[in-house]
Amino acid sequence: MIPELGNFSIMLALCLALVLGIFPIAGSFSRNVRWMALARPVAAGQFVFVTVAFACLVSCFVTNDFSVAYVATNSNSLLPLYYRIAGTWGGHEGSLLLWVEMLSVWTFAVSLFSRQLPEQTVARVLGVMGLISIGFLCFMLFTSNPFERMLPGAVDGHDLNPLLQDFGMIVHPPMLYMGYVGFSVAFAFAIAALMGGQLDAAWARWSRPWTLVAWMFLTLGIFMGSFWAYYELGWGGWWFWDAVENASFMPWLVGTALIHSLAVTEKRGSFKNWTVLLAIIAFSLSLLGTFLVRSGVLTSVHAFATDPRRGAYILIFLAIVIGGSLALYAWRAPKVGLGGRFALVSRESLLLVNNVLLLVAAATVLLGTMYPLFLDALGMGKISVGPPYFDTVFVPLMLPVLLLLAVGPFVRWKEASFAEVVRRLRWLALATLIFAGVAALSFAPSPLTVMGAAFSAWILLVTASYAIERLRHAPAGMPLWQRIRREPRGYWGMIVAHAGVGIFVLGVTMVKGTEVSNDVSMHIGDTTSAGSYSFRFVNFEDNIQGPNYIAKRGTFEVSRNGNIVTTMTPEKRNYVVQHMDMTIAAIDRGFTRDLYVSLGEPGINGAWVVRVQHKPFVSWIWAGCIIIAFGGFLAASDKRYRLAKKRRAAELEQAALPV
Amino acid sequence: MKRIAIFLVPLLAFAALCVFLWRGLSLTPSEVPSPFIGKPAPAFTLTQLTDEQKNFSPKDMQGKVWLLNVWASWCPACRDEHPMLIEFSRQNVVPIVGLDYRDQRDKGTEMLQEMGNPYQLIAFDGDGRVGIDYGVYGAPETFLIDKQGVIRYKHIGPITPEVLTKTLLPKIKELQNNA
Amino acid sequence: MRSLFAIVWLALLPLAGFAEEAKPVGADPALEKHVQALTSELRCLVCQNQTIADSHADLAIDLKNQVREKLAQGMSDKQVVDYMVERYGDFVLYRPPVKSTTWLLWFGPFLLLLLGLVFLAWKIKSRSAAEAQTVTEADLQRAAALLSDKKEMQ
Repeated sequence: MIPELGNFSIMLALCLALVLGIFPIAGSFSRNVRWMALARPVAAGQFVFVTVAFACLVSCFVTNDFSVAYVATNSNSLLPLYYRIAGTWGGHEGSLLLWVEMLSVWTFAVSLFSRQLPEQTVARVLGVMGLISIGFLCFMLFTSNPFERMLPGAVDGHDLNPLLQDFGMIVHPPMLYMGYVGFSVAFAFAIAALMGGQLDAAWARWSRPWTLVAWMFLTLGIFMGSFWAYYELGWGGWWFWDAVENASFMPWLVGTALIHSLAVTEKRGSFKNWTVLLAIIAFSLSLLGTFLVRSGVLTSVHAFATDPRRGAYILIFLAIVIGGSLALYAWRAPKVGLGGRFALVSRESLLLVNNVLLLVAAATVLLGTMYPLFLDALGMGKISVGPPYFDTVFVPLMLPVLLLLAVGPFVRWKEASFAEVVRRLRWLALATLIFAGVAALSFAPSPLTVMGAAFSAWILLVTASYAIERLRHAPAGMPLWQRIRREPRGYWGMIVAHAGVGIFVLGVTMVKGTEVSNDVSMHIGDTTSAGSYSFRFVNFEDNIQGPNYIAKRGTFEVSRNGNIVTTMTPEKRNYVVQHMDMTIAAIDRGFTRDLYVSLGEPGINGAWVVRVQHKPFVSWIWAGCIIIAFGGFLAASDKRYRLAKKRRAAELEQAALPV
Repeated sequence: MKRIAIFLVPLLAFAALCVFLWRGLSLTPSEVPSPFIGKPAPAFTLTQLTDEQKNFSPKDMQGKVWLLNVWASWCPACRDEHPMLIEFSRQNVVPIVGLDYRDQRDKGTEMLQEMGNPYQLIAFDGDGRVGIDYGVYGAPETFLIDKQGVIRYKHIGPITPEVLTKTLLPKIKELQNNA
Repeated sequence: MRSLFAIVWLALLPLAGFAEEAKPVGADPALEKHVQALTSELRCLVCQNQTIADSHADLAIDLKNQVREKLAQGMSDKQVVDYMVERYGDFVLYRPPVKSTTWLLWFGPFLLLLLGLVFLAWKIKSRSAAEAQTVTEADLQRAAALLSDKKEMQ
């Protein structure tokens, strides 16, 4: 009954999406007010029905309805409740429903929080989002229906992949999809602007908070993925340049370029064409990511069960959406004016350089990810592109970004003096060099590590300096908290996000440059060391019962300078339903270091191969990401986006008449 | 016109990407092609599974077109493939030599007793060294070797009837007709 | 019985002293490091997203042992890598080789960056030039007038 209800809900949602995709946009061109007015209520209706469908699927999982094929493949009666709920998006069909749910949430949100926009714009934006929904809903109904029954129903389910039975599964996909799908809002705004031929600062102002929130979610989603891989996979890695990871990183890079470009278009009216193109590219990369994960075109651990038939469908959908929007761009963009001019040395130029660098970085990731496919398709052999490639090429590309990141705020709009910027920053540059020198001498790391540390110091010092300068500009005698509140949140968002980047870079540098990893064979009583810590294998237990697994557990006593610091208990679990073995690492997290112990293979006579790792500053990677996301949040919550609505609305009504 | 041209660049780049992605849908990215196609089969001497006193080398098969089938008792896909091989061996088109890869003698023998023996003889590669020499990375894998001892084709995974009739048999016939 | 047990236990006591520093997986730590470094440049063909160094697959362990053997025999890094590539093709290299087919891969990004920056600089310059040309004579005269007014006010 409930699966049928869910299925029917999706069909109703599709009907509403069809209405949403067709009538408001048509109405916006023929000035049909009734059709345009359909947009908001229909968006709300679509949201309701998709949510009902989603709730139905969750309910199927919670009640262990194994007559639904998807539930039988991804769940099990022994599975704890919270994982059963998370299992809803554990496979292809369910994650697709999650995608559509996110899309309807964003569509609904736009319909609610757009009172100050002219009706014509709202109609077009919601219409575009409706068109995208049509594509996904059709895809679900015709090729990947999560509610398909299997009769007779299975006695018990196949269980959720043990790798996914984790808190990360509850948080990572929803966050990631909020980000991916969120870029559809910027995309819809861009298409709406191209449709109307109206590209002005107002468009940028409307798009910006939506884009910032989407970007924030994507940052958190990617962070969560890394954080999860780190403790889940058992060997201490946290980024593998895997095809699917890259698929999430590319929209992030372009999204970062987009939020900077939007800032310029909003303030100065420049780069309009470019910003629109970025918005299209960012969402296109989200869609491309969806394709890559589900089509079997690239090998990845993250890939869903691959099916070229589904891949073909998504590719056609991609071609229509992206091809259509780029064609619209090629047609409409040349007619748009140039906007404010600026000198070669100016903040606008610097932001454009930022954009070029970020776009080239994204293109590089795309190149590396797709290159094996390129060569294979051309019959020129088969290669694989692994992390060494990305580390060698990507890192140098990012260095100029890191250098200029902090400098940006010091460069004036429109026209600035290079000499003045150098003068302003010379002491900070000197301080950075001294710091680099000290670092090089103190723990003799590799040149790359010194450079990384120097860059992060540069970012942190210069950003702090800028923040202090802004605070100083307040009237004399004002208390600090008032000075802080005086600055718009947008500025604090920038400061915080840039500082977050600095912290992130420091974490990455220290971990990659100075981490220690030892693989040793240990009997009970043996000791090994990593960093300044020693690890003693004190105990081993077999046959520990978990809810749906049996574990072997090793106990290690960790000490430093003779004092016992902590006890760590890595495990090897065998999940009974899927007969799958998993390595559960033991991690002792700290502010300045993580200790990481994992069990390898059993050897002879009760010995075990054990990997112990000392990872300095790895927590700074996570902290950096969260701080960056927080910066995005601050920027998005800037009051300037919520100003006097009535006055604005009147002005914009006038301005929004079609060209 | 020049102005418009530059705005078309993203669209054209995307179109090119689509072509590759479309092509990619019919490829298998995880399959590792063999660098041995067209090269002589690497030499080795192994004992036979059924008789430890007897040896086998690829040069023993010189002058004949033959198949080298890599299998093991622990490999489920090999068990799936086995009935097909038995059926094919009965047609006596081409001799099939087995390579028992990373296995134990008793287990390998047991599997053949259980499921039948399609092989003319079986070389026993207990530690998998010969497998590595042939670039084997997962069983079952099958090599088609010609009269001069050159590897002409490698199939990764179980041989399906479709692969047999569409790809393997024509190639075998072609090689057998050559001098 | 108990005395026998005690004797056996006492006899084994010295062995307890052997539970000391854990042995590395191989006999020679320097060789191990070398093996680790080399195998982290080779892709495991079974679990294709890991290196031979990290993977626990049977084939990976076999190949790691082979690498260890060959390095111990005195083969150079290049020879060992060539050995692997001979059998498994370029796919086994975690770091793609630099050959004519991969020039675009290795040099493409930097070329793209150069192109991007050059294009950017040209665009900015040509825009400033275009704007500058639209300043007319009348504008210049008006500007001069305003400036001289300003001077008087000062």
